Amino acid sequence: MTTVFGVPLPAILGQLMLGLVNGSFYALLSLGLAVIFGLMGVVNFAHGAFYMLGAFAAYVGLQFLGVNYWCALILAPLAVGLLGIVVERLFLRHLYQLDPLYGLLLTFGIALIFEGIMRGLFGASGKSYPVPPLLQGGFNLGFMVLPIYRAWVVLASLTVCGMTWFLIERTRLGAMLRAATENARLVQAFGINVPLLVMSTFGAGVALAAFAGVLAAPVIQVSPLMGSSLVIVVFAVVVIGGMGSIVGAVVSGLVLGLIEGLTKVVYPEASNIVVFVIMAVVLVWRPTGLFGKE
Amino acid sequence: MLKSTIAGLCALLGLYASPLVRAAGEQVVIGDIDDLSGVYADVIGQGGIEAVNLAIADFGGTVLGKKIVLLSVDHQNKPDIGASKFREWADQNGLNMLLGGSNTGVNIAMAKVAAAKKVPFVAIGAAGASLTGADCTAYTVHYSYDTTALGNGTAGAIVKQGGKSWFFITADYAFGTQLQEAAARVVLANGGKVLGAVRAPLGTTDYSSFLLQAQASGAQVLGLANAGTDFSNSLKGANEFGLTKTMTPAALLAFISDIHSLTLQTAQGLYLTTAWYWDLNEETRAFAKRYFAKMHKEPSMNQAAYYSATMQYLNAVKAVGSTNADLVMAHLKQAKINDMFTKNGYVRADGLMVHTMYVMQVKTPAESKYPWDYYKVVKIMSGEEADGSQPDPACSLAKK
Repeated sequence: MTTVFGVPLPAILGQLMLGLVNGSFYALLSLGLAVIFGLMGVVNFAHGAFYMLGAFAAYVGLQFLGVNYWCALILAPLAVGLLGIVVERLFLRHLYQLDPLYGLLLTFGIALIFEGIMRGLFGASGKSYPVPPLLQGGFNLGFMVLPIYRAWVVLASLTVCGMTWFLIERTRLGAMLRAATENARLVQAFGINVPLLVMSTFGAGVALAAFAGVLAAPVIQVSPLMGSSLVIVVFAVVVIGGMGSIVGAVVSGLVLGLIEGLTKVVYPEASNIVVFVIMAVVLVWRPTGLFGKE
Repeated sequence: MLKSTIAGLCALLGLYASPLVRAAGEQVVIGDIDDLSGVYADVIGQGGIEAVNLAIADFGGTVLGKKIVLLSVDHQNKPDIGASKFREWADQNGLNMLLGGSNTGVNIAMAKVAAAKKVPFVAIGAAGASLTGADCTAYTVHYSYDTTALGNGTAGAIVKQGGKSWFFITADYAFGTQLQEAAARVVLANGGKVLGAVRAPLGTTDYSSFLLQAQASGAQVLGLANAGTDFSNSLKGANEFGLTKTMTPAALLAFISDIHSLTLQTAQGLYLTTAWYWDLNEETRAFAKRYFAKMHKEPSMNQAAYYSATMQYLNAVKAVGSTNADLVMAHLKQAKINDMFTKNGYVRADGLMVHTMYVMQVKTPAESKYPWDYYKVVKIMSGEEADGSQPDPACSLAKK
């Protein structure tokens, strides 16, 4: 059997495949974070909490409202996005003129509140969310069986990331958004409603997180703590990719997922920290991130 | 003026908030420190509290003329919370006996407090055999089951069926490592091999990378040295990745609540070891019926053990005529335990309650004739077969 670094090839390929799946989650989540930071300058520490709320929206929908997985993919991000808009309107809006630290503190506090509420309602252990019948089963790739659902996750994430990139870089709406980031006053002078634009951007970023949450529900089970462990890694990914860059966020997410997968085979003890080690290296060598602009 | 009014109101509230702080001696206080919201919440949890309440009611509500009171708290799987709550209850609430819920790590911490505060401590939810080994105390009774019995029962059954090479996925704390050790001992003693093991943090939900490692090892048996939702998630993952087609899963610790949530479709054919099953005989069925009326689920062995241990303790207090810890412990250690939970139990010098254990196999959906009809008995192990007849040599009390 061929070995790479002394590890059998099937094992490496298997972990790389899983790494790709994890990378898709990282990409989707860091995309939302990068959109919010790049276009609003807000460090959204509540991103993990919104991801968790998306998963719970899907769970509650299935358990109590008969909303199946496919509808939840659309409805949960809409519902949570709406919640995000409310948060932006009521709280975040007042902090834009201040130090970014205030936005960070506020979103961190909001994350804790959401987590506490969900934990009080549902307990800390995971709730089970079944894989939708259409996506059950697996592809036998020879070196491993890849569950169809995980292949779907990769497909869905990449599609949504692609659509978001297209929206921001190639449409008029995206152009307005990018212009508003550069010079909000001037854009407002052209008659464009900048506060509305900003509010919708936050809602959209949050909706992306919620979409990732629905995708994650059948894989890692729905728990109030699912966001908190993930959000730190996602921040590291965004920093590596460059805080304002959409492409950077997606590419780093995928690449880092693959690197994490590889580390799990070669040196498993380091798999939790490899992302942060890379972040440290990138910050020293290229402080604005790999694709960063400033 | 406002400040002093507020201060006065707070002081008044404080008075109302201290009903439990009473002089010791007016009540007999039983405590329950358990996982009420985490990965083991369905194993004992609210059901355990209900079982103790049933026992208190059956006993008559009072013993030696004193009211019996139950305190319960969620340890959230944190040893420091368990230990500090135990200490607090012993110091401030006149705790007379503590029931230990799930999580071996928390129970080990609480055993130390039991020894320091001299409070009888009946560890039921924890599996770790070290509670009657290196971590034993004169005040600990390990009541329901332990990792030694689980290894002898489940690993024994599987290795004798031909499952010779094993790969373990282990919960990364005292329980997981002790369970893996107990199972590995049995595997090696029967001519098998352990090809590898990997540790997953308590509460892991996505086992995909661990399962791939298991598959890469080429072992015949996937040894799951974990419990609760960890066990259900790892088994579901094993199904998802097609591992169950090429490897036999070994459910080293599974409760009826796990089988119920996995459904017979997924869990059929699994071997597991248990101290008690609701459908064993008339007495167990009678208890289960009363429990079901309150909880709408059948009780697991640990919930039945909560009932039994409470009754045994209260009977001991009545027999001895006092709640003095040393007198009660001496009585428990020479008592014969013959009730709904077990017919031939006795407490060994190291604190282990030795009794019959059952190796079960989970029925197929076709074999199951009514709700919760999940197990068929494969082997009945005497207490000595399950746990050995001699006290654990690692326990300092065993030298007597």
